[in-house]
Amino acid sequence: MSHSPPTPRRDPFAGLRTWFTMLVISLEERLAYRGDFILGTLMRFLPIVTQVFLWTAVFAATSRSDIAGYSRTDIVAYYLLTMVTRAFSSMPGLAGGIARSIRDGSVKKYLVQPVDYVSFLLAARIAHKLVYYAVALLPFAGVFYICRGYFPPLPDAVTIAAFVAALGMSFLLGFFMEATLGMLGFWFLEVSSIIFAYMLVQYLLSGHMFPLDMLSGIQTGITGVSVADLVRWLPFEYTAYFPAAVWLGKVRGAELVRSLAIEAGWVVAMAVACRIVWRRGTRRYSAFGG
Amino acid sequence: MHNSSGSESAPAPTITVANLAKDYRVYDKPEGLRASITSLFHRPSRLVEALRGVSLSVARGEFVALLGPNGAGKTTFLKLLSGIITPSRGTAHVLGYVPWERANDFRRRFALVMGQRNQLWWDLPAAESFRLHKEIYRIDTPRFERTRDELVDLLGVRKLILQPVRELSLGERMKLELVAALLHEPEVLFLDEPTIGLDVVAQHTLHTFLSHIQAERQMTVILTTHYMKDVAALCKRAVVITGGSILYDGSLEQIVDRFTTHKVVTLDLEGTPEPSQMDRFGFPYEIRGPQVKLRIDRQRIADVLPEILRSQQIRDVSVEDVPLEEIVAELFRVGADRQAAEVRP
Repeated sequence: MSHSPPTPRRDPFAGLRTWFTMLVISLEERLAYRGDFILGTLMRFLPIVTQVFLWTAVFAATSRSDIAGYSRTDIVAYYLLTMVTRAFSSMPGLAGGIARSIRDGSVKKYLVQPVDYVSFLLAARIAHKLVYYAVALLPFAGVFYICRGYFPPLPDAVTIAAFVAALGMSFLLGFFMEATLGMLGFWFLEVSSIIFAYMLVQYLLSGHMFPLDMLSGIQTGITGVSVADLVRWLPFEYTAYFPAAVWLGKVRGAELVRSLAIEAGWVVAMAVACRIVWRRGTRRYSAFGG
Repeated sequence: MHNSSGSESAPAPTITVANLAKDYRVYDKPEGLRASITSLFHRPSRLVEALRGVSLSVARGEFVALLGPNGAGKTTFLKLLSGIITPSRGTAHVLGYVPWERANDFRRRFALVMGQRNQLWWDLPAAESFRLHKEIYRIDTPRFERTRDELVDLLGVRKLILQPVRELSLGERMKLELVAALLHEPEVLFLDEPTIGLDVVAQHTLHTFLSHIQAERQMTVILTTHYMKDVAALCKRAVVITGGSILYDGSLEQIVDRFTTHKVVTLDLEGTPEPSQMDRFGFPYEIRGPQVKLRIDRQRIADVLPEILRSQQIRDVSVEDVPLEEIVAELFRVGADRQAAEVRP
């Protein structure tokens, strides 16, 4: 009996099809955990409630009608919008999961099989997000309906389009930053403290904690350079502050175009960084033992 | 000690390995707090040679057993051939590719199954993992369905492929792992302790399956295992590695010929014998009730056996080779001694 080895299917879209299958199977896997997911999603609404109470108390204690250009209603709208942005840019478990797969050796599978680990992670993360949105859509809609009075009138179509673009890129930026972080596991046995430090910096400098333009009044000591100017040089603001600011009409015209371009630049830079770290990491892994 | 198989005009071997070596740097952490603090700044390290210059070649369709004690370098060897790790020295070619370059064309043509690792998705039915493999390995649909059906039927696991993998037993999972690994019809298969932890029935099913599929596809297989049953059922050729070097490479039967000096003669007697009755033959023996086992030099067995038979009241007698387990255990000991001798100044 003769047996001929199969010739691999030649198909220009094979890569895309593989990726799509990874997406669908990741979706199925996420759905296996729906109970855990629903609870986790609802818990995420708690911090925003405390933030709203905190700022209500701050405004009650002062006679000013605005703080750094934000009125009480502006602040509430801002926090609700950063919550939307974080729903795109935050990557719970991504870095930790990558580091774990390196530590326990399951990353080997991606060295043996003809499959790209980063593409796989991206598919899995998109699946993760889609399931999350499906679960979170209703509570989100409810909160926004209740809080509709805090928002300015609906912005124009260009602003909405820019907001959507900023959100999409914030997802990619968050993904590549955390994936890169997780791959430091190739060098360090334990990366949880690095991840913790990153989360802290991210929380402070992304605008998740307070609107970043509040920092423009704080001087660095270098003449004409405020803390806000320094923060603007970092990628973090695109994962929370920037999309919210776009929706609220704080970034417009040429500045909006420039900021979107810079965000796109960060996405590309982090995607490249992620590739480089993966390549060097696997080379090191292969050399040191696997 | 290399033993090449096949004729002179044989095609290029599927796997060729020359002087392949792998060193690991391991860090020692002496006991105690002071040492722990010191090791923050300077970690004493040493080089461990996991593999020290291994050479062999495997022809297409060979089923080779890789034997050796724990830490002998078996898994390191398979990791090198799968391209997971890069060697410190030496070369290897599998299907004409350098494994650690990890070309996609190479990766579509081999498979690695590790007994304790999962390539199946834990929370999903195996059928989903198979579907993903279909895409990853670019298998066309009719061929995929035919191969999948053939494999699941051979292993009798058709009912299981729609059940989440986490609900399956270890043996069932291992069978499905094998299906997943063989869907793309790899030409080369590396099996790292596939029968570890399996019961006798599951082991037997795997033996039947592997020998059938290997013969049908003319697949080149390297198997590491600690169970001599696996080896006896599947492999004609055995490579024994100890301390990172090849100690023996040749046919399984020749291991017995070359490394055993005696046979085991078992006598069933009328009544329990006195030790004095057995001492006179001058061979090591063991009495268990009416049964006696004697270990007799192979060269002398023809002379000695008639004498034994004459002098005893015998109900039954058998002459057997030393069990493979014992031979291999002895080989491992020889290897360890040889290594110790090298280390000594």
